[in-house]
Amino acid sequence: MYVAVKGGERAIENAHAWLAEERRGDPSVAELSVAQIREQLALAVNRVMAEGSLYDPDLAALAIKQARGDLIEAIFLIRAYRTTLPRLGTSVPVDTGAMACDRRISATFKDAPGGQVLGPTFDYTHRLLDFMLAAEGKMTPAPQAEPRDEPMPRITGFLNRDGLIEEEAPSDETPPDLTREPLEFPANRALRLQALTRGDEGFVLGMAYSTQRGYGRNHPFVGELRVGTVSVEMEIPELGFAVAIGEIALTECETVNQFKGSKTEPAQFTRGYGLAFGHSERKAISMALVDRALRWEELGEDNAGVPAQDAEFVLSHADNIQASGFLEHIKLPHYVDFQSELELVRRIRAGAAADPVRGAAE
Amino acid sequence: MAEAEQYNFAYLDEQTKRMIRRTVLKALAIPGYQVPFASREMPMPYGWGTGGVQVTAAVLTPSDTLKVIDQGADDTTNAVSIRKFFEKTAQVATTTRTPAASVIQTRHRIPETPLAEGQILVYQVPIPEPLRFLEPRETETRKMHAHEEYGLMHVKLYEDIARHGAIVTAYAYPVRVEGRYVMDPSPIPKFDNPRMNMAAIQLFGAGREQRIYAVPPHTGVVSLDFEDYPFEATKAAAVCALCGSAESYLDEVIVDDTGGRMFVCSDTDFCAGRRGAMDAEAVA
Repeated sequence: MYVAVKGGERAIENAHAWLAEERRGDPSVAELSVAQIREQLALAVNRVMAEGSLYDPDLAALAIKQARGDLIEAIFLIRAYRTTLPRLGTSVPVDTGAMACDRRISATFKDAPGGQVLGPTFDYTHRLLDFMLAAEGKMTPAPQAEPRDEPMPRITGFLNRDGLIEEEAPSDETPPDLTREPLEFPANRALRLQALTRGDEGFVLGMAYSTQRGYGRNHPFVGELRVGTVSVEMEIPELGFAVAIGEIALTECETVNQFKGSKTEPAQFTRGYGLAFGHSERKAISMALVDRALRWEELGEDNAGVPAQDAEFVLSHADNIQASGFLEHIKLPHYVDFQSELELVRRIRAGAAADPVRGAAE
Repeated sequence: MAEAEQYNFAYLDEQTKRMIRRTVLKALAIPGYQVPFASREMPMPYGWGTGGVQVTAAVLTPSDTLKVIDQGADDTTNAVSIRKFFEKTAQVATTTRTPAASVIQTRHRIPETPLAEGQILVYQVPIPEPLRFLEPRETETRKMHAHEEYGLMHVKLYEDIARHGAIVTAYAYPVRVEGRYVMDPSPIPKFDNPRMNMAAIQLFGAGREQRIYAVPPHTGVVSLDFEDYPFEATKAAAVCALCGSAESYLDEVIVDDTGGRMFVCSDTDFCAGRRGAMDAEAVA
């Protein structure tokens, strides 16, 4: 006999206790420290910072530990924490042109002032499992050299000198803030870039890939990809000037896109832009491709009706915290709705049985 | 309680609560209109009641008594989780008794016991836009509301009748508020629709979709229908196996593996109250 179920509260508590035990795994295996995650799973930490929209490697590492390595869950923990933090002020825009680069490459010019700097990259590794790592082999230190200290001007700047690439109009307009105002359409480029940089890496990658495969092709070249640290400066009203309050690691990608010109624009190259916290190349490049695709209207291009050109489609579905929350909510009880559907289906079936002519016609 | 001190009353900071209260006031001033608001990330997932939680956090005062239900029940896991969240962050009194609550947060049901003036019913809303599945673009649906262009909805309802002989919407059945905005009542069963004409304030929060809307007390809420196919509030043709109520909305429970089933009230407080009264009568 059914009795009204009580005890949801105890079930939840017990589930949480079990989860904590599973998180720890076999207690005879040494526990991971937050510092180990921060140092040795740095790319996971970077992704959590980028999509969590909070630059704090220690908290991101803690979130990864707490989430058992589920990065979307870790991003969620960071977002939920971030929203409780007070806004103390706004930094001056970071100058990525003055970035201290660990890596800086261009696919459009063989060499340029500042040089091609390969940096720590997977790019030319052979993807062979390294069983030495399983054996905890000792690391051989990388060769050292004097850092290059000449400036690394932006590659797109060289094209700009000849008027071959569209001019990026400088603006002092305060950009909208996605985390403080509801997302409304049409969204300007600053808002679109905000949504893309915190968007799910897999989603943004998929959208970018779709443009390469012909769904809104825009012929991108990686004009420049740079990875390194920039200084964050803030105006202090009492002082009357900006002071450096710290530095952050960033990945920036500028694409140079082929463009034949339109009714209103002469033939010239156009730009796509990507920027993400930490070392996040895949994300920055994907973002630049999608950014470029979303710019069709301001560049007077045709709307090919493809997903990557559709700002409302892209921006409404890029956020993995919104997406996974809504997706997973279908695990919640829906007894009442399902019951109402059951009633309806039974009623319609009864109607069809009583009226076979009508039933057969359907 | 160390944990509670780390967070502001009812979790959200005062600026955020003020922003939400302004949105709520605007929503009450334009019944049925979806007001955009800067929804915050909450420590529970989007789609699990973050809109309702933010609205509740914004309207809650320390002297309030809170009730949280999901599917009509106080003890479903997500209702327990949300109630515990406010016990921890706002330390307000909680209750399962509908008349004793000043604020009721709900998912998918309106309590059976009629609500009174002074009470606030907060609905959790997954998709606030009633036209969404007819037109996926927000830019378009906002225009349709602005121009009161609801023909598409009537065509959909008409096509239902032409195809199935009935309007095949069983929950989240669209309503028109005070003769103006077509509104999604959240996924309550259509059984509950007529009960939205009430003395309490009804607030609707959609966190992920960043919308709040409202129905002030004693505001006309009419379910869309046709003269020859009038709206009908339906429920299972049975009585509650526990309390015997023939009026309440019923959940179906499978009791064995040979097709046996029984029906019980979805509103656990209503059902327990009736059973308590029956026991008292039996003793007397």
